Amino acid sequence: MLSDLQHSLLNGGSFAHGIHPPENKHYTADKPITRFPFPPELTLLLSQHFGKPSKPIVRPGQEVVRGEPIAEADGFMSVPLHAPATGVIRKIDWAPTQKGPRVPAIYLKVTPGDSQEILYGAPREIEHLSPKEIIQAIQDTGLVGLGGAAFPTHVKMSPPPEHTVDTILINGCECEPYLTTDHRLMLEQPEALVRGTQILMRAMGAPRGVIGTEDNKRDAAEAIERVLPKDGSVTVKVVPTKYPQGAEKMLAKALVGREIPSGQYPSSVGLGVFNVATTNQIGTLLPMQRGVIERVVTVTGPGVDKPGNYLVALGTPLRFILQRLGYHGSAKYLIMGGPMMGDTVSSLDVPITKGCGGILVPRPEDIDKLAPRRTYPCINCGKCVEACPMFLNPAALGKLAVKRQYEDMLDYNLLDCFECGCCSYVCPSSIPLVQYFRVSKAMNRELKAAAK
Amino acid sequence: MSASSDKPVQLHTSPHLHQPLTVEKIMRHVVYAMLPICVWSVYQFGLSVLALLIVCTTVCIGTEHLICRWSGKPSTVNDWSAAITGILLALILPPGFPIWMAVVSAVFGMAVGKMFWGGLGFNVMNPALVGRAFAQAAFTVPMTTWVPSMAPGRFTQFIPSTWTPPLMVPRPITQWLEQVAVDGFTGATPLALMKYNQESTETLALLTGTITGSAGETSALLILLGGLYLIARKMMDWRIPVSILGSAFILSTIFYWVDPAVYPSPLFTLFAGGLMLGAVFMASDMVGSPETAKGAWIYGTLIGVLTVIIRLFGGLNEGVMYAILLGNAASPLISKMTQPRKYGAIKKREAKA
Repeated sequence: MLSDLQHSLLNGGSFAHGIHPPENKHYTADKPITRFPFPPELTLLLSQHFGKPSKPIVRPGQEVVRGEPIAEADGFMSVPLHAPATGVIRKIDWAPTQKGPRVPAIYLKVTPGDSQEILYGAPREIEHLSPKEIIQAIQDTGLVGLGGAAFPTHVKMSPPPEHTVDTILINGCECEPYLTTDHRLMLEQPEALVRGTQILMRAMGAPRGVIGTEDNKRDAAEAIERVLPKDGSVTVKVVPTKYPQGAEKMLAKALVGREIPSGQYPSSVGLGVFNVATTNQIGTLLPMQRGVIERVVTVTGPGVDKPGNYLVALGTPLRFILQRLGYHGSAKYLIMGGPMMGDTVSSLDVPITKGCGGILVPRPEDIDKLAPRRTYPCINCGKCVEACPMFLNPAALGKLAVKRQYEDMLDYNLLDCFECGCCSYVCPSSIPLVQYFRVSKAMNRELKAAAK
Repeated sequence: MSASSDKPVQLHTSPHLHQPLTVEKIMRHVVYAMLPICVWSVYQFGLSVLALLIVCTTVCIGTEHLICRWSGKPSTVNDWSAAITGILLALILPPGFPIWMAVVSAVFGMAVGKMFWGGLGFNVMNPALVGRAFAQAAFTVPMTTWVPSMAPGRFTQFIPSTWTPPLMVPRPITQWLEQVAVDGFTGATPLALMKYNQESTETLALLTGTITGSAGETSALLILLGGLYLIARKMMDWRIPVSILGSAFILSTIFYWVDPAVYPSPLFTLFAGGLMLGAVFMASDMVGSPETAKGAWIYGTLIGVLTVIIRLFGGLNEGVMYAILLGNAASPLISKMTQPRKYGAIKKREAKA
């Protein structure tokens, strides 16, 4: 396509702006995915996804087997939840979360000596399913965006009827420093990824699939290329490493040169964008009628003795993982997710959820480097303007935020900010820009609600 | 940081990484980049310039510190920006400028040009230039009294006007000049020679600084090297010096083509006077320049064009200072007009359709 060619000549096959933080993937990039043992008790949050919480369908004292549904979807904007291990439901109670607020959770006491075999589900021929049936089947797996956003996958697969999707983009950029889950999944299980891609293409009626990854993961691209279908409908594209390439909008620009209009879905320009881990799970679970019960988590950083990529049962508390891997400190500064968009957690009791792809453990001596530095006034250097992948003006937004002129920030396109953190990263004055913008967005939501 | 590391749990929102560059580091490296120019100007003009440099820097730092204290805020002098202002001011004053006048100018530039606005980041104009503009208006004669470079005995004695008693007008230095100056020294800078006598100076002399002028504006070569260092370390927006020098070069080329007898050659325009120092170290001051790339081009071009227009058609033979001050004043407007087009913005025509 001419536009594709033009795009790669003009942008070098990537998106404009962005940053190059130290990658630090060497801790775990060559560590194969290994299965992690079950903890004595799992904490299964009922709200691990964007949308309405799941409705529990079990009672305390009830026995469940690995893979069995324990909560059902509450409407379309919700997903069910499955038991990651065989055991007894102890209680349904509040539990701490990665983001902070406590939410209801099912506490599952794992039967000691439980096998890892999944007893639930049965093989089925997915070739005979209609697109509608596939989308329903995907909701039944409980799948959400495993890249971190945790948006229900079946909702993403149901674009407005006036949109025609011609290309499925598979996001294998994993642009967050330190994390290597998508890298290992692409390298070790390329077949599942390609199968998942084909299922997505069929469900959304798209003739083309593009798996995009960055040039620091060339081995993964080669592994996928070996198992691509012969008809050429699915291709792999390697783009230059840059943060935040894994953002939906940046990826669309980098892979096919399309710009998703402000406030619109990718489907408005004919795209469906899915994460590698999500697609891998579609390819793995759908043919077996199973649900999401575990995910690959990169446990990494200089503070942990045995960094690696581990297949962890959902609901496993942080404490269990870290103690097994040789971290005996407190939750002083632990990051769930990547260092650019992840959250610091307040407690070691926080469980692994569907959206959590990494745990970053700094050493005590690194903490001062991570903690916010001394803030200087904005000196107008323009580094944030040059970094913002959305082409906003973080400097101007930041000045308005300090003056609490939250509504004026809307004129500077505050709502287009997707909080990648590039501006805060580059700011030589160490102004917490993106942190200001989060508050400003919340203030605008409140102002809007008050106006109603 | 020790206070925060004592907390049992630290909760911060992302991102948790920072690039290593800080304001303090940028400012420190600007000072480093100016040091060779300082050394060279001391070598050229001797003790008087050394005294100017020390006094201006100390007074600027002291003024900032005192104003911070009086306004009950923590002192901000350790961000190095006051030192930059002090050094720059010393470099754009005539070498024999009386010390007491330099002190007044430095206090004025720092207080009115920077601290009254709220300190670093809030000032509209470059404080060193505000100080110089004040000096130009208040002390016109000393601001246009030039001394020869490489004067014999410059390392053992001060230029007589340097130690003028406070509130006194310096005595004429003609007697001293007769002792030290080579024959034919007119006390005019290359730009003044050009403007009033249509007399050009060799480019090589301008490059290396064996001419007269303000302490620091005489060696274009060292200024360029300092600028290149800062650009290489990504501590300066290269677009600003490039657009200032580029636009000044193009405009003066046009005039030179029209009438080479009246108008100076483009190379002369680039290397004479304060254009080089202004383009590299003053206009590029991030605080007073637009933060957008397109804005930087417009801002630089404006300064370059204004400089040439003032030099050729204004009453003054040097226009860089006012050109940059005007550019600083226009910077917020330029910023506002050159906001980036956001990703995914729907084109107006399409949106209406």
